[in-house]
Amino acid sequence: MSLAADLGIAFGRVAFVMLFVLNMGGLLTWVERKQSAIMQDRIGANRASILGLRLFGLFHPLADAIKMLTKEDFRPARADRVLFGLAPFVSVFFALTAFASIPFGDTLRVGGREIPLQAVTLNVGVLYVFAMLSLGVYGVMMAGWSSGNNFALLGGQRAAALMITAEVAIGASIMGVIMVYGSLNMMDIVRGQGALLWGWLPAWGIVTQPLAFVLFLTAGIAATKRIPFDMPEGESEIIGYFVEYSGMKFGMFAMADFLETVVIAGMTTSLFLGGWQVPYLDAAGVRLPWGWTWALPHLLVVLLQVGAFVLKVCAVIFFMMLIRWTLPRFRYDQAMRLGWLGLFPLSIANIVLTGLVLLLWGGRP
Amino acid sequence: MTHAAFLVIAALAVASALGLVLRRNAIHGALFLVVNLGSVAALYLTLGAEFLAAVQVIVYAGAIMVLFVFAIMVLIPGKEETGLDPRRGWRLLALPVGALLALQLLLVVRAGVGPVAPAAAVPGGVEAVARLLFTRYLLPFELTSVLLLAAMVGVLLLARRRV
Repeated sequence: MSLAADLGIAFGRVAFVMLFVLNMGGLLTWVERKQSAIMQDRIGANRASILGLRLFGLFHPLADAIKMLTKEDFRPARADRVLFGLAPFVSVFFALTAFASIPFGDTLRVGGREIPLQAVTLNVGVLYVFAMLSLGVYGVMMAGWSSGNNFALLGGQRAAALMITAEVAIGASIMGVIMVYGSLNMMDIVRGQGALLWGWLPAWGIVTQPLAFVLFLTAGIAATKRIPFDMPEGESEIIGYFVEYSGMKFGMFAMADFLETVVIAGMTTSLFLGGWQVPYLDAAGVRLPWGWTWALPHLLVVLLQVGAFVLKVCAVIFFMMLIRWTLPRFRYDQAMRLGWLGLFPLSIANIVLTGLVLLLWGGRP
Repeated sequence: MTHAAFLVIAALAVASALGLVLRRNAIHGALFLVVNLGSVAALYLTLGAEFLAAVQVIVYAGAIMVLFVFAIMVLIPGKEETGLDPRRGWRLLALPVGALLALQLLLVVRAGVGPVAPAAAVPGGVEAVARLLFTRYLLPFELTSVLLLAAMVGVLLLARRRV
């Protein structure tokens, strides 16, 4: 009985995160179209309908999936069979698994059990997400190389160079957050952000590490390979690493980019925007700075926290899409210069600065 | 449970190592090496050394091997490298070197490392690694960073001459 319950809980935790990330990824294809349409004063996709029901074009992701699945799965004659087939799976796999250690809520207490609301509890959660993101490069490089097409190869190399640049900056900018909250465990970092500075200001990462927040988000957008950093593929004019892919395999590469967007948004939320923390809400209920309290039942608190996490992730994704439809594309050399001469040195400076402040103040929030 | 996990991971590690040595295609070999490094990281995980596993994946699989694969892709895009190796004779050296390595391994295994204290006593092992790194092994640690710095400066010098 107990073992079955444990297994069920473990399965539930993983399934929740998996479904959340996958569905967000699918929904993003719709958000992308509708948001760009609103920004450009168009109507946007609204044709797909089931029995006349259109629902603002919400059926378009479904129609897309059916289209992708029924298309011919073409493989060039000179392609490396195994790697060509494996590449899209590698891309999606690492984008999907990266979310596992991002907490979506505090500990849930049900029937004498304490369930931490994250798929996997890891003491080095931050490093885990970072490692999974850095392994995603292989899918891209394998795709570029195995296609047997020189343009795809060049696209794969552009993508690999960009992703390495972005990851170095991501890794260096995370360091400041780790130093401030003193842990590599994502849950501990989010808990640390529940403290109040000067008795009223939530100690979110964006408050304690404002520079790191800007650096991380910039590098994160670069890691997703989307505009303004989309020179690996450049869907409208330059040829990218998945030029030889068709059908669902092509769809998987597009999906991997969306999944990475969700992961970066989840990371940004957990490290800089307080994760599942709701300001002035703790495990017992609402506690305002001037001493007013309002007790709330445990389940409602947890529900509010999970809701806050989802809301924050959606807001960050919205912001990333806003940038995607606002800025023009960087040239390859501009992106490299931004990464190596801008983001990276600033991240290192941020580490030194954080260390100095921690030494002088002699404490953490 | 851990025994079965060890067997599966160890088999994967050995198979990928064989793949690395036996594949003609340099890219395939490099990717097998990535799998090998990843399975070693999984072995660290079964021992409770989460930090070591994460670092193994980030540094070796995520950074060093990416550069390896990148370099191979740039230098050997096709299948031009299938002719006879002009330095075939050097391969004979592999026999004595391999024998020496096998002997060393055998001696180490026979001497027996003994029961190792489980790393899981410290969550993740970050603090244990950091404490050792910055106290007992501080000098080797700093020397390694100087070595890496020297290599970086050297690369910059070589690259600058071309431009």
